[in-house]
Amino acid sequence: MRNLLIFITKYNAFFLFLIFEICSFVIYVKYNSFQKASFINSTNNVTGNLYDRADELKGYLTLREVNDNLIRENARLRNQLKSSLYIDTVSKKMVIDTNYKQQYEYISAKVINNSVNRRNNYITIDRGTNNGIAKGMGVTSDAGVVGKVIFVDKHMAIVQSLLHKDTRFSAMLAKNKEIGYLEWGEEMNPHKGLLIDVSNNAQPKVGELVVTSDLSLFPAGIPLGKVSSLNAKGGGFFLNMEVNLAVDFSKLQYVYVIVNRFAKEQAGLEAQEKKDE
Amino acid sequence: MSRVIIINLVRFILLVFLQVFLLKNISLYNLSTPYLYILFVLLLPFEIPNVLLFLLAFILGLTVDAFYDTPGLHAASCVLLAFVRVLFISITVQKDGFDNEPEPTLSIMGFRWFLTYALVLTLFHHFFLFNLEVFRFSELEYTLTRLILSSVFTVFLMLVSGLLFFRKKERK
Repeated sequence: MRNLLIFITKYNAFFLFLIFEICSFVIYVKYNSFQKASFINSTNNVTGNLYDRADELKGYLTLREVNDNLIRENARLRNQLKSSLYIDTVSKKMVIDTNYKQQYEYISAKVINNSVNRRNNYITIDRGTNNGIAKGMGVTSDAGVVGKVIFVDKHMAIVQSLLHKDTRFSAMLAKNKEIGYLEWGEEMNPHKGLLIDVSNNAQPKVGELVVTSDLSLFPAGIPLGKVSSLNAKGGGFFLNMEVNLAVDFSKLQYVYVIVNRFAKEQAGLEAQEKKDE
Repeated sequence: MSRVIIINLVRFILLVFLQVFLLKNISLYNLSTPYLYILFVLLLPFEIPNVLLFLLAFILGLTVDAFYDTPGLHAASCVLLAFVRVLFISITVQKDGFDNEPEPTLSIMGFRWFLTYALVLTLFHHFFLFNLEVFRFSELEYTLTRLILSSVFTVFLMLVSGLLFFRKKERK
């Protein structure tokens, strides 16, 4: 026993190393698999507040750019308004279209923390459960798809960015509706993504628009990017191609969280079904 | 004694702030990202007890993790860093020299020793950090490029900060 104690005190550095290393690993693995260690992240009070302050300062520096973006978006929205009015008045048969409009609700949010230069990037936004945000909702910006919500607190939420090794969105080529998956490439370039598993009949062209498909958690047709090169590396039986992402993640400031109204209804129905059983 | 504590406390806060609000946003070609905050562990006094050293490294890692949204990742790397520091110092520094050499800074230990010290410790820390973050071997080549370029950047910043405070001490 005494020898053991002497041994431990002699090599105390190693044992301390083991203890603390194991602690760190437990935290790391736990967080990665369940997102349970929620207190050590940027939604807690201290870090969240500090990020808020820093972001306020940063906001002033980019006012001009934000204004430009808002003007552009206003123009785009106005265009949409006109076109939708036009369709409504000309043919009232488009019932499906009007249903579509009611299905999705947009909540605007401000980005208060963001990164693009790591292998797995997350975005913190300043809206949470109090504003009706829940886990699993899609997030877009004025330019295109940004990511999906993975963790929500009362006032803030964390979004798993498209620039993440586990993020995969169902996408399609805008013209011929060929479906594939969009994910972030291995080169860690924040402007490039990969569109994979596209059917061999697709015949894509460079510059073609890639949008979200009906199978994703987004409304169909939200831009993801444009095909930039047809010979991406990898790829077995299906076509892979490189995509220039539509969103500039390094300049992200305002985003929209998409609430799918039918999702609640669906969940409610399913719950009832379970009760009946 | 209290002076040492205050200096280290100020250093801790300054380095974490610098890391989180400035260096986090810097990356050259998405390959080279500096992690200067580990300088805090490097500059702790020689005579610090091992328990305190590991505890401080762990807390530093967790603090940075809180801002980076990666609980445990930086903490694990910092604890490894502390362990490598203990080994490196026990190999290269003689114990009776502790009285007049309180801290392993650039101005006290000389350029050559400090450069090796910083380089070895940074390489260990970054290697562990990047591989733990990626957690797959298929991107090893890319990870290694990032590792080397980031280490060069970090060590460069360490030397710059060392030289900055080097001058200040001589003027006194």
